[in-house]
Formats: sequence, C-alpha cells, structure tokens
Amino acid sequence: MIEIEALTKDYLDLTVVDHVSMTVEDGELAVIVGTSGSGKTTLLRMINRLIEPTSGTVKIDGQDTRSEPAFELRRRIGYAIQGHGLFPHRTVGQNIATVPELLGWDKQKTAQRVDELLNLFQLDPAEFRDRLPSELSGGQQQRVGVARALAAEPKLLLMDEPYGALDPIIRSKAQSDLLAIQKRFGTTIVLVTHDMEEAIHLGTRIAVMDKGKLLQYAPPHEIIANPATPFVAELIGTGERPFRLLSLWKVRDLVEPGPAQGEPISADASLRDAYAECLWSGREMLPVIDESGALIGRIRRDDIAHKAERPQ
Amino acid sequence: MSAVVAVPRRLQFAIDKLGVLIAAIATVASFLPFAAFRANRIVLGESKSIFAALPAWEATLLVLALFAAIAIALFRTPTLWRLWTSLVVLAILFIAVGHAASFLTPEGDRIARVSPGAGFWLLIFAFALLAADAIARLKLRPWTRIGALVGVAIFFAVLLGSGTLNDLSILREYFNRGDTFWREAQTHLALALGSLAAATVAGIPIGILCHRSDALRAPVLNVLNAIQTVPSIALFGLLIAPLAWVAANIPSASALGISGIGAAPAMVALFAYSLLPVVANTVVGLDNVPPAANDAAKGMGMTDRQRLLTVEFPLAFPVILTGIRIVLVQNIGLATIAALIGGGGFGVFVFQGVGQTAMDLVLLGAVPTVALAFAAAVVLDSIVEMVSPKDMRRD
Ligand SMILES: Nc1ncnc2c1ncn2[C@@H]1O[C@H](COP(=O)(O)OP(=O)(O)OP(=O)(O)O)[C@@H](O)[C@H]1O
Ligand SMILES: [Mg+2]
Repeated sequence: MIEIEALTKDYLDLTVVDHVSMTVEDGELAVIVGTSGSGKTTLLRMINRLIEPTSGTVKIDGQDTRSEPAFELRRRIGYAIQGHGLFPHRTVGQNIATVPELLGWDKQKTAQRVDELLNLFQLDPAEFRDRLPSELSGGQQQRVGVARALAAEPKLLLMDEPYGALDPIIRSKAQSDLLAIQKRFGTTIVLVTHDMEEAIHLGTRIAVMDKGKLLQYAPPHEIIANPATPFVAELIGTGERPFRLLSLWKVRDLVEPGPAQGEPISADASLRDAYAECLWSGREMLPVIDESGALIGRIRRDDIAHKAERPQ
Repeated sequence: MSAVVAVPRRLQFAIDKLGVLIAAIATVASFLPFAAFRANRIVLGESKSIFAALPAWEATLLVLALFAAIAIALFRTPTLWRLWTSLVVLAILFIAVGHAASFLTPEGDRIARVSPGAGFWLLIFAFALLAADAIARLKLRPWTRIGALVGVAIFFAVLLGSGTLNDLSILREYFNRGDTFWREAQTHLALALGSLAAATVAGIPIGILCHRSDALRAPVLNVLNAIQTVPSIALFGLLIAPLAWVAANIPSASALGISGIGAAPAMVALFAYSLLPVVANTVVGLDNVPPAANDAAKGMGMTDRQRLLTVEFPLAFPVILTGIRIVLVQNIGLATIAALIGGGGFGVFVFQGVGQTAMDLVLLGAVPTVALAFAAAVVLDSIVEMVSPKDMRRD
C-alpha cells in the first residue's frame, strides 16, 4: 500500500506538484493521467525518491520512505523509465539481471529469473539473452525494460509512459501482458500516461492531474460518470463517454440464455466491441462463446445500449 | 566471379586521383639524389643519383621496379595490389639504400659517411602515402592493423640484424654509442609512459569531479587549457626554478632525485601537458552517457559508486581511451625536449646532432621517436576501435 500525503514539489517559485494526497491499495493498478507538464513524472519519481519532495510524505506499507537510504528503497521498487533506459553496453540478460545482482542473488537463481522473464515476454532466451539493446526492435526494447523492472519480483512497480513509442498492435499486446503479470504476481502498479483510453483500459483507479493538482482520483466508471471538473470531462471527451463506459464491461457480464444468428463473439470481448459488431452487421443479438469455443448464450444490442447510459 | 569483374575494370586504364600525386612525387624523386656521400662526418656531401649510388644492374632493377610501381599507383588498380606494391617498393628502397651505402663507402673506410638523400626520403614518402591510402580503403580490422605493424617491425628487425644497413651513417652513429642509445631509449619511454600513467591516475578522477560539479568544471578546464598554450620549451624552462627551490629547501626531495634540471622537471612538464586531454575526454565521455541510462541506474537502486563503475565509466571508456592515445603520441614526441634540461631521452642525440651540425646524429634521435609515436598511434587506435561498440544508440 502506498499512502501519499500532501506531497508537494516546488522549483523556485513554481509549484509542480501541489499538495497531492492519494492511496494505492495492494494489488491495485493506479494510472496517473494528465496533459504534458502537469507533474505526472514528478509525482511518480517522488515515490522512489528520484526527486526529493519539498514537503509532504510518502509511506509504503505504513513506513515513511525517508526512513531508509534511497538506494535500498529503490531496489524494492520496480521502475520502468520512460523510453526504456536500457544500458547500451550490457546485453539483454545483463540488463534484466541488474537489480538481482545489486541484491546479491546467486548466479543460478538470477539466470533462471532472466530466462523466466524473457519467456514471459515472448522473447526466446537462447536468441535474445546475449543480444545488445541496439540489436532489438523498439517494441522488444520496451518489453526488456519492463522485464528489468520486474526482475527482483518487486511488490511495487512504477512505470512512466511505458508504451509511449509503440504501435497500436504491439501496444495492446503489451497492455494485456501487463494485466496478466499483475494478476499473476499481485503487483501494485502506478503507471503514468497521457492517454485516457489507456488509463481506462488498464486502471483500477485513475488519478487526473492538471497543473500540479490532483483533480480526481476514482475508479474508471466513476471518472466517466461523474467527472469532478470540466477539465476531467474534457480529458475523457464528451462524445466518447458512452463508449468508454462500454469498454469497462465484458460480454460475459451481459450474456443471457437463448439462440442468436451469425458470427459468434467471445465472452471476453468488451461490450464496446460487441456493440460495434451489432452495428456493423446490423444484428439485434450476437451468439456468445467461451474460451473453449463452446456456445454459452447470446447478448442483445438493447441491453448493451442500456449499459452505455449515464449511471445514476 | 570477382576475377571476371576485375578484368574489364583493369582494361579501362582509368586514372586514380591520389595516384597522380604519388606518381608525380615519385617520378621527381627518382631524379633527385638517392644518397649523399661525405668523406667525413661534418663536411658537405656529394649527391649521388640512383645510378651513381648503386651497381648498374641493381640501379636498373630499382628503376624498373619504381616504374612499375608508379604505373600501378597512377591507374585505378585493385586496392590489394596497391597495398602490396607499396610495401614491396618500400622494402626494396630500404634494402637499396643499405646497398648504396656499402657500394659508396671505400673498403675499410671508417670515417666516410653515406646518408639517404632527398630522393630516397621523397620516394619513401610517396609510397608510404600509397600504403596509407590502400590501408584506409581496405578498412582493416583492428587486429589486422596490429598484425601488420608487427610484420613491419619484424621486417626492420631482420633488416637491421642482417647488417644490410650497417654502412649507413645513422647506424655508424649508433655503433659509436650503442649503450647510450639503449639507455636513452629507456629514459625516453620512462618519461613518456610515466607521465602518461601519472596523468591517467590523476586526470580521470579530476575529470569525474569536473563532470559532477559545474563549479569546478570551467576553472579546471581553463587552467589546463592555459597550460597547453605555454610553448613546450618555455614550460620545461619555467619549471627549473621552482623545482630547484624544492630540491634546495626540502631535504627528502633531493634524496628522491628531484632537482631543477634532469628528469623531474621533464616529468612534471609532460604530466602538465597530459592532463588536459585526459581530463577533457573524461568529462566529455561522461557527459555523453545517455541520460536515460543514468536515470535507470539510479531508479534501480545503484549507489553513486556502482553507477560510476558499471554504467558511466564503461560507456565513457572509449572516449577516455582516445584521450590517452592523444597523450601517448604527444608525449613520445614532446619527451625529446626533455634533453634540453638534462632529462635524457632520444632528444639527447637530436640536440647533440644540432650542436655538431651532424644530421646523422639528429636522425638517430628523430627516427626512433617517430617510429615509436607511429606504432603507439596504430596500437591505441586499434584498441579504441575494439572497445567501442559498433552501434550504441543514444536515447
Ligand atoms: N528540474 C526542474 N526544474 C524546474 N522545473 C522542472 C524541473 N523538472 C520538471 N519541471 C517542470 O515541472 C513541470 C512538470 O514536469 P513533469 O515532468 O512532472 O511533467 P509530466 O506531467 O510528466 O509531463 P510529460 O507528459 O510531458 O512527461 C513542467 O512544467 C516542468 O517544466
Ligand atoms: Mg513525464
């Protein structure tokens, strides 16, 4: 659990982060969104003390972060820097092994962990372990950057626009990898982005920042339904609101027994995708299948549309 | 396949641009004196053309070889041909000048001197240029370059060992002072390498401090810059007074061999000159470390020391090594001036030679200095290339 209390950062007379208070519970994925220069990076970097706050406190599991040397704190916290920040002179394997080596893991355990992570990110260890970062594509470098942040199995992971430079297909692949990893290890994650779509897709809670102030900190449906300020509403995009809401639900949530005609849709697809399919194929309802491909029922267009209405 | 392609190209007889220059120099040089004969060490010499300096058949062969080599240089020929041609011609020239010395020296005469003439030196220059151009075009790998250097060294060792060159004036001078030569060689190396080692040990930490502290950077670099602009002879001279004072007033200093003249001020002067390249390159190398790599290192919990040793220093190393290369080549040359203040080294022969107007003696000091500097440059350039990653993205 991360408890941020009245955290403030001044540069001379400029207040970059202004009395921000928020709590990230264990296993949550908190996303910080905001326009460029709103103080997201500064807030994130005060958590692992890469930037020392002017005032306010950060507690991790109830313990003030200033109660131990900064480098020890940072070894417990995974940090995926914007871009990827890989060490250009060290191989992929050595890059990933950085924190385990700092922590003094034995060689065999480190090597095992490196291979495990490479496999997890669909990079064949035999092929990639001994390559230099310059011999990877941008998407592969980014995955190695995240693997490196995860190497010592941190309970807490900070990520600064990790998917900024990726094309949409690799990006959505990387996003679902992240959700899978979070599920598997129960990692608490704080992620910075300026993309509201990404925030809604990934976040269990979203923190909206503007000019150093935290405007709203709430679960995605709450942010969409009741934006705290006109700025938050604008960030979500008024025309997008119903569809953003639909993207929070899965077909599984609305499935009902009964037959339907035509191409089936997966129970794991979002309602947004299901609605798009209804509109596109001109159908009132779609058959629904589960992962194994077995028919489990149908979903109705009217029910979906109902879900897109502003919650009361 | 490649032979098929090469044939039409050879048939075109296209002219090589640099080849024109080389051919012109070599042609002119062939008519200039190949060797100079003097009845003794200091009288004026008589110039001897190739045909006067060598037995007729040998002179004819040499001229034919030069003619062929000039043709190969002039036309656009395969680079490997050009390289081998230049190397073979250079070897022939050195052997020929040795033979010329034996041919021109009357039997049993120990006083007469034969030295290489302007034509010889120009020919060497022309074909060295051809070799350098071919090597650059071939883009030889570092190890190949070092191997080639070793090959050249072995050639000269064999040539000198065989006695072919023994009648040349420069070797006459050498035989007159065999043990002094090696002693001064040792002193020379000790001065150049010792000051380099000291500058490296002191310069890298100073560079690290300058990199980390903006307050230090400008003053330190300015002072070192100012030292570099002091003419070398003046700097050597300027150190005489303070070191003499140290020797006179601090008893243990003179026991350590420190005095106003001799090796100590020479060492200090060379050290002072060496600092700027080492410090400046350390600063630049560290400045060029990608900020994201530094940031990641901090973010993952490296201490300052760990970050310096495992991230900053390895990434800056090729640039620092380039600084060390500059210093080494510079110091091998500058160390000759140490002789002026009694510091020893190859400069001893140079300045004695100048004093006695004995050019042969000047050469005995200058030739090894140039050869050493050249070898140091080749070796260190190769090492720098080996430690520099082929492709390091800075992002
Ligand atoms: N060292 C510094 N000195 C002075 N001002 C700074 C410093 N670092 C950041 N700032 C300012 O603080 C503000 C917030 O910066 P920050 O990097 O946190 O923004 P951000 O929300 O991460 O923006 P982006 O989306 O562009 O990365 C900016 O206006 C920036 O100019
Ligand atoms: Mg930022």
